[in-house]
Amino acid sequence: MRAFTYERASSVEAAAKAAASNSQARFIAGGTNLLDLMKLEIETPTHLIDINGLGVDKIEGTQEGGVRIGALVRNTDLAAHETIRRDYGLLSRALLAGASGQLRNKATTAGNLLQRTRCPYFYDTNQPCNKRQQGSGCSAIGGFTRQHAVVGTSDACIATHPSDMAVAMRALDAVVETVKADGSRRSVPIEDFHRLPGDTPHIETVLEAGEVVTAVTLPPPVGGKQIYRKVRDRASYAFALVSVGAVIQSDGTGQVAVGGIAHKPWRIATAEAELPRGAKSTADALLADARPTEQNRFKIDLVRRTLGAVLTEARG
Amino acid sequence: MQFDKPATTNPIDRLKVVGQPVHRIDGQLKATGRAKYAYEWHDPNVPYVYGYPVGAAIAKGHIVSMDVSAAKEAPGVLAVVTALDVGERKKGKFNTAKLFGGSEIQHYHQAVAVVVAETFEQARAAAALVRVEYAEEIGAFDLKDAMKTAIKPKDVGGAPPDTAVGDFDGAFKAAPVSFDATYTTPDQSHSMMEPHASIAVWDGEALTIWTSAQMIDWWRSDLATTLDVEKEKIHLMSPFIGGGFGGKLFLRADAVLAAFGAKAARRPVKVALPRPFMVNNTTHRPATIQRVRIAAEHTGKITAIGHESWSGDLPGGQLETAAMQTRLLYAGENRMTAMRLATLDLAEGNAMRAPGEAPGMMALEIAMDEMAEKLDIDPVEFRIINDTQVDPEKPERPFSHRDLVSCLRLGAERFGWSDRGRPASRREGNWLIGLGVAAAFRNNLLVPSAARVRLDHEGVITVETDMTDIGTGSYTIIAQTAAEMMGVPIEKVVVRLGDSRFPVSAGSGGQFGANCSTTGVYAACVKLREAIAQKLGFNSEDATFENGEVRSGNRSVPLAEAAGSEGLAGEDTVEWAKLADSHQQSTFGAHFVEVGVDIATGESRIRRMLAVCAAGRILNPITARSQVVGAMTMGVGSALSEELAVDVGRGFFVNHDLAGYEVPVHADIPHQEVIFMDETDPYSSPMKAKGIAELGLCGVSAAIANAIYNATGVRVREYPITLDKLIGGLPDVT
Amino acid sequence: MASPIHLELSRPQLLISSVVTSVVTGTAAEAATAQSPGAEMPQNSKVSMIVNDERHEIEVDNRTSLLDALREHLRLTGTKKGCDHGQCGACTVMVEGRRINSCLTLAVMHQGDEITTIEGLGEPGNLHPMQAAFVKHDGFQCGYCTPGQICSAVAVLEEIKAGIPSHVTSDITAAAPLTTTEIRERMSGNICRCGAYSNIMDAIVEVAGTRA
Repeated sequence: MRAFTYERASSVEAAAKAAASNSQARFIAGGTNLLDLMKLEIETPTHLIDINGLGVDKIEGTQEGGVRIGALVRNTDLAAHETIRRDYGLLSRALLAGASGQLRNKATTAGNLLQRTRCPYFYDTNQPCNKRQQGSGCSAIGGFTRQHAVVGTSDACIATHPSDMAVAMRALDAVVETVKADGSRRSVPIEDFHRLPGDTPHIETVLEAGEVVTAVTLPPPVGGKQIYRKVRDRASYAFALVSVGAVIQSDGTGQVAVGGIAHKPWRIATAEAELPRGAKSTADALLADARPTEQNRFKIDLVRRTLGAVLTEARG
Repeated sequence: MQFDKPATTNPIDRLKVVGQPVHRIDGQLKATGRAKYAYEWHDPNVPYVYGYPVGAAIAKGHIVSMDVSAAKEAPGVLAVVTALDVGERKKGKFNTAKLFGGSEIQHYHQAVAVVVAETFEQARAAAALVRVEYAEEIGAFDLKDAMKTAIKPKDVGGAPPDTAVGDFDGAFKAAPVSFDATYTTPDQSHSMMEPHASIAVWDGEALTIWTSAQMIDWWRSDLATTLDVEKEKIHLMSPFIGGGFGGKLFLRADAVLAAFGAKAARRPVKVALPRPFMVNNTTHRPATIQRVRIAAEHTGKITAIGHESWSGDLPGGQLETAAMQTRLLYAGENRMTAMRLATLDLAEGNAMRAPGEAPGMMALEIAMDEMAEKLDIDPVEFRIINDTQVDPEKPERPFSHRDLVSCLRLGAERFGWSDRGRPASRREGNWLIGLGVAAAFRNNLLVPSAARVRLDHEGVITVETDMTDIGTGSYTIIAQTAAEMMGVPIEKVVVRLGDSRFPVSAGSGGQFGANCSTTGVYAACVKLREAIAQKLGFNSEDATFENGEVRSGNRSVPLAEAAGSEGLAGEDTVEWAKLADSHQQSTFGAHFVEVGVDIATGESRIRRMLAVCAAGRILNPITARSQVVGAMTMGVGSALSEELAVDVGRGFFVNHDLAGYEVPVHADIPHQEVIFMDETDPYSSPMKAKGIAELGLCGVSAAIANAIYNATGVRVREYPITLDKLIGGLPDVT
Repeated sequence: MASPIHLELSRPQLLISSVVTSVVTGTAAEAATAQSPGAEMPQNSKVSMIVNDERHEIEVDNRTSLLDALREHLRLTGTKKGCDHGQCGACTVMVEGRRINSCLTLAVMHQGDEITTIEGLGEPGNLHPMQAAFVKHDGFQCGYCTPGQICSAVAVLEEIKAGIPSHVTSDITAAAPLTTTEIRERMSGNICRCGAYSNIMDAIVEVAGTRA
């Protein structure tokens, strides 16, 4: 870990300004991913801006009847919040499926969205990685790829996004609210928030330098059966091989996003339209452009089967 | 003491303390965080500094040059010691891969430098500044390829690589029912919770080192060799060890780096191997490819059994003795075993809990299940039919004690084995349910072990031996042994372990630690009893040690008084004569498992587990049970998730941390039942005990594999049995 | 089965002390140590923490994790470093009453915080009920993950009591039941390679005063 200076930001605007003026600065909130990466010198900031004191840690209703989740709300608190449990069960479920109790007590809403891939080659600084060092090559391709993405990949990167929470938020049409360094605010639909790897896998979101995530809003509750099904080798404390987050209405329509298969939570409108026709046609549409490796080809079948289980549960 | 004839009645048989459910005497220290592990020996007067290792970025080749200038100039840095600086070193007797020194790179993350700085943070940051230029060479990393050029070693740990009895090929061909399948087990990681760590303090030519070692004397000898100092100049201590499982049997790089770093920095240095560095830097259980062939009559009687195994290691290394148990476990007139060693340029393959039998039983005990099904015989019965009370390769050698049949029968009854249905016949909601069984088998090894026992004027017995407690309960069972022998309550016994100043013990490995080290303590206690009797003018044969007193005829003297102000001591070593040549000593058991497999996703989860163990006298049912449930848990990981993924192009284990290498967590493990058969084995030692810690692992994974087959009808022969290997055979759920 | 009353008692012991009340907490007080960006800023910081009811002022490298501050600065080595990457749980401590992995947080971020480590729960001869239950049920072997397991176990029972749901809670709109399934899931961030899980569960269940 490189040496760094440290400050505590007192306002969102000040934090954004401070970060924009120093390209080597990073925000730190929960720290559960950033410090992990800093220890390995995958992240090498020379300045940390502690944003824990910004006060954006509330969960409150929106005028539209939805909910605004402060960027600093801890995963535990979000999952346990009465409104989330009652109206956005999918989100609560997804959060609880992730990490461990200790990590959820620390990890924040924004930090969870911004967490980086768990690709083991990304984590090993001896190995080439386009995400770590643009243009150095991808050592995962042709290597050990059981966990990797099967869809939306590029020749530069086949990493997945590891978040469970983001999958639920994608299915629930979340919007990410930010403040830019110039003080302006914007709202980014989560669909547009994360990027596919393309030729620039090191750029993972649309955030600009210094831009601070302040909240995530959810539209008014959509009801339905809300299910998050995470599939993994061990029963807990493991990243998803595949996860399915779904809201299924009584008429069979619904919203579905898939985790563990792409560089971002995977949701396709045309696939969703197939939901009333069942898991097979939905999964086929979701994965129409899949490019699996020999080692992760099973994810194609696994998505279909997991979706099948979710739809069965939703009907039951 | 020479143990050269079967034990007769002795003071241990009183079982006032030995055999009793005594809570760990170090339990409170561990539960309160006061037990001090290697990295934690903080003497407020010692100005410790920190070493951080640098690992090779290539799998095979040479260092061309190293640039440490930036590291040396970094804040707080006191010294940088490189492999080139220390040059070629003599290798420890027990190490295959060299730990540090010279330009040759044998495997990924081999230590190439240590950076010493005032603080941990400074050392870690400076270590990242070390620049190394390598000349990379092509290596062999894929066992499937390398097995084609595997060799037959001269011997495997004193045994022949091949054995043959009768006419295997002829009998196999002639049999009415035969079975032939190939299984694979992956590379596995010990992944003990405490990383390898050492603190080295030089005083002139004398080195004091706190480390995390299972075998004090092996480490001390090999460290002396590697550093080129006299063994007597090294004082090595390891009183608490945060798990080992074989990964701390042999000297590791942390001790060497700490010693070199401390020398260069002229300061006491602490080094811990970072977790992501451990897998490729240290040792692992090698992957195997195993072919098992079984032929039988329709009655289930095996007529031919063959087991071949291939594994790989660095040049000069050893093979995984995965066919060994097949020489002893089941009857059969015609037999063969063969083990071959391939060259691989991965990190050193070496012992991990139950080397040989753990992966060997993973294959053999699936094969037995498959053969039983082919014969349409219950797999419990099939094993019982083929029980043998003699070494099937050398029928003149009986087993000293063998109660596999009772383990199977009792286990079947307690577990509700009769409820087991045909494959894929039981479903509860989304779960396919299955039961599986496997035999457990592990040899009982005997190694010399010494101890010193002192009696002081307060009647306190102090035991000193370099035995280690890696979680096994050594402190407690040694205290029990001394208390029993000297006739004192356990509170009157102090046990001091893990110090090279103490007599050399068996150490912790090969499930020989408990039986051998307590026998060493037994022998020392015999000497102390003689010394006490002699001092009091008693005939030691007649003297009774009981209730803190020694009694002979109508005279009795409190031990405290007998000790006098000077105290008395006894020291001895147990040496093992050839009893094991005439009688085969092994431990036996049966594992029963119930699994559920998710019909949609193929996720396998354990619902119930039972182990029945026959392993001689159980010295302490609490700590012995813990060893077995721990082994069963490791077997769950081995069956369902543990696999070091080899990048066969780049030559390293990719998932080299605890997120990537998935060991079981709480949610994977149900309540576990353990039953110990009430038995003693007088051929094993005066303690009449045998090993248990590895027996608990041998067979578990196969029982799980068999249960998964029973649940799903899908037979997987490649461990671990992950969902991707199952879902293709599960019913359509869409 | 032990009385669940032990649980009720454990929490106040953790949080109440005369020292704590004399310490100013909150970000306002810390602002003094923060400096404006752009200035020559130090790579070290002074931090004041309340550890096991005792106030400590230490100067740390900004990089120092809370774990290393406890182990190497305060020499409270009961909290263990198993992986240093949030993958094992051996470093679990309670900060402001919540369990966290002390390896993945910086000491400098805990100005004014109250921290409870294994040393603060009990000591030999005066064990916390959870520590006593671990000894009784042999809920450990090598002992290295044990402090983290015990800290987590104490916190898990509090979390269930506080109504926090888990991955295995079947109805997340209702209070989670105190079952072994719930406890196992919640304890899953604490790895025990010796495999003492079955015994650890027995220990926790006894303290929780519930049955499997």
